[in-house]
Amino acid sequence: MSEAKFEPRIVAFFCNWCTYLAADLAGISRMKYPPNARVIRVMCSGRIDPQFIVKAFANGADGVLIGGCHPGDCHYQEGNYKCLRRFTLLKRVIQEMGIEDERLRLEWISAAEGDRLRTVMFDMVEKVRALGPLNWKPAEEKAPVAEEVTA
Amino acid sequence: MRESNGAVRVGVYVCHCGSNIGAIVDCKAVAEYAAGLLHVAVARDYKYMCSDPGQELIQKDIEEHKLNRIVVASCSPHLHENTFRVATAKAGLNPYYLTMVNIREHDSWVHTDRAAATEKAKDLVRGAVRRVVLQRPLEKGRVPIDPKVLVVGGGIAGIHAALTLANAGKKVYLVEREPTIGGHMAMFDKTFPTLDCAACILTPKMSTVKNHPNITLWTYSEVESVSGYVGNYDVKVRRRTRYINEDLCSGCQECIAACVFKEPKFPDEFNQRLGKRKPIYLPFPQAVPQTPVIDPETCIEFKTGKCKKTCLEACADRHAIDFKLTDTVEEIRVGTIIVCTGFQAYDARRSPQFGYGIYPNVYTSLEIERLVNAAGPTAGEVVLRDGKTVPRSIGIIHCVGSRDENANRWCSRVCCMYSLKLAHLLKEHTDAEIFNFYIDMRTPGKSFEEFYQRLLNEGVHFIRGKVAEVTDWAADPSEEGKLVLRVEDTLLGVVRRIPVDMVVLSVGLEPHADAQDVRRMFNMTCSNEGFFLERHPKLAPVNTFTDGVFLAGCCQGPKDIPDTVAQAGAAAAEAMALIDAGYVEQEPNVAYVIEEDCSGCKTCIPMCPYSAITFREQDKKAEVNAVLCKGCGTCVAACPSGSIQQRLFEDDELFEELEGVLIHA
Repeated sequence: MSEAKFEPRIVAFFCNWCTYLAADLAGISRMKYPPNARVIRVMCSGRIDPQFIVKAFANGADGVLIGGCHPGDCHYQEGNYKCLRRFTLLKRVIQEMGIEDERLRLEWISAAEGDRLRTVMFDMVEKVRALGPLNWKPAEEKAPVAEEVTA
Repeated sequence: MRESNGAVRVGVYVCHCGSNIGAIVDCKAVAEYAAGLLHVAVARDYKYMCSDPGQELIQKDIEEHKLNRIVVASCSPHLHENTFRVATAKAGLNPYYLTMVNIREHDSWVHTDRAAATEKAKDLVRGAVRRVVLQRPLEKGRVPIDPKVLVVGGGIAGIHAALTLANAGKKVYLVEREPTIGGHMAMFDKTFPTLDCAACILTPKMSTVKNHPNITLWTYSEVESVSGYVGNYDVKVRRRTRYINEDLCSGCQECIAACVFKEPKFPDEFNQRLGKRKPIYLPFPQAVPQTPVIDPETCIEFKTGKCKKTCLEACADRHAIDFKLTDTVEEIRVGTIIVCTGFQAYDARRSPQFGYGIYPNVYTSLEIERLVNAAGPTAGEVVLRDGKTVPRSIGIIHCVGSRDENANRWCSRVCCMYSLKLAHLLKEHTDAEIFNFYIDMRTPGKSFEEFYQRLLNEGVHFIRGKVAEVTDWAADPSEEGKLVLRVEDTLLGVVRRIPVDMVVLSVGLEPHADAQDVRRMFNMTCSNEGFFLERHPKLAPVNTFTDGVFLAGCCQGPKDIPDTVAQAGAAAAEAMALIDAGYVEQEPNVAYVIEEDCSGCKTCIPMCPYSAITFREQDKKAEVNAVLCKGCGTCVAACPSGSIQQRLFEDDELFEELEGVLIHA
């Protein structure tokens, strides 16, 4: 991967009922977006453990995208609010770990918003590309921290 | 069921989906790559994995290669996860030893770079292989289905759904917000393209509903809350009081005649406020039920307490009228719910260029339906708002509030046809000169185009162009006292001024103002326009994303009566399919507590929106009720010690998948 054309690696956690379906809809509608994200399906954004995100960064993700249902629309009533709470806190934690704010993103994307999913994908890839690779090396001196968090 | 016996043997199947995947993802390369991954015993690519030979391929391999984990890389799991689970189970393997990888919707269909798309597919397959190794065998739970059905909305959709179910012997609760069932269809005069009288075909169905032993009809009522899950919904219905006891009322309507208001004085909602009603009224003669309503906003007794109460006298010893009656709340248990809450007509005031509410002789199409109706406010005589002048020329403007960037962008689907119908009826009633102003004429339906041809031969003028404005400003004496439509005739290529006596606005259909509240109550989703979203636009058009909740009619999107009825029948059939199965299978992806690790901190308990987690006092451990748990996993993410896990979405499974998609082996 050359410096000039850095392709960020993005992990996306999408809830089964809204954002995963939005991604399906984007596909059915043959919308095109950059191939940088790897989607991991969870039933609800409320299932997303902050450890997943730290682990993703530790394992080489340059960005993490979380997709859930719009406020009030959660298939499980309020899992997305729980997600939002954890996200807000986690944002502060990762910044203290030296990870830029824009590498972690939460978006509410409903099952009907394939177009919005595409826009977010483009935007996220562009922003993370501008930041460059995440030089977070938990391997040596920072290893205890990462292990502590992921333990 | 074949268990893993220690040695994990994964089979990976990469589907070409014809050229849908194969054209962008190098499926052969993905399969070859997968073959080299740890634990993978077999990896193949195949043209159509979901086809019978494709499924048999998996089954044969399970047998021959002693596979005990399956990864299928193909389309979205929302489409074929069940197909492959069934195929896996047929070969004797637990169906939850399967994982799907979405390389179509999430990959080949959205990317153009073959190398990058193939790389992505490999990453996703690697994640799935690592995940599937840890997956455990699971069994689906079963819960019984309550055979009763709730139908929300008493328009033609609700009526048809309720009758279909009731005729099949199912008990139905039909809840309608208005004082009568019938919905919008009851307001229509004729129906296109056959010109059937709407009331003549609808009212017999309405009275069948009322008299059906299997239907409990609650009008003037609204669903207040819904809880529970498929098969077992607990519903609260608020029955607003009419101040007349429905069980005691005989429907003689003598109370209406006896009201102290000798003449009707208040705008009549059913007749689009063109006619008048009394404070005690029946919306229309064939209303079902035949129980009048007292409107406390206009009734003197409610306003001053000093009415002579002649209605009470008229009711005599029946004692059906009681001013002290209050709302009641009914609590019911149903297994399935059909939502058919309909639409609202676009408010023409939002497009002020057409002059509705400014010029008295601008009407909405719904007003004209009542005006041409023999039971309407003018007994079917088409006269202007002065009550006597018969219009000599009429302009009908299509697409008001539809296909309009400033209003609603969608086509309301029925307006072209009902505009043609109204043109025919107005011509018949008044012999006026009639102009239809249309953007495009849309007549895709059985006998629709023929009806259009008939109208062309009836001497109705058709002008292709979007009307710019309706004005009363006269450019020359011939326009004095008329409404002038300014329009570009796009076929002639000139701007025209057409003076008429009456303007009809063909208003579009839109979701109810409170559709969002209804949607949340039933845990449904909306499409971008605000209509309720079906589970799949092609293959599950009446299902929603909530099991046991179905859709029918215009709440799902604009449609005509035949389509509405067809959809209502389909929704009823879907509900029956669930009821007759007797039970629903529950996905086993529920949460469970690892009791040795649980410290009893109770963090998880407030996380659960279904109160499925309880605290066991005797040993201070949390406990999950698997029937109440719906498998969101919010408690799992919250547990500080990792001692709640979610089946199929266990922490270790997700960590493996995460590492898998990121780390090249």
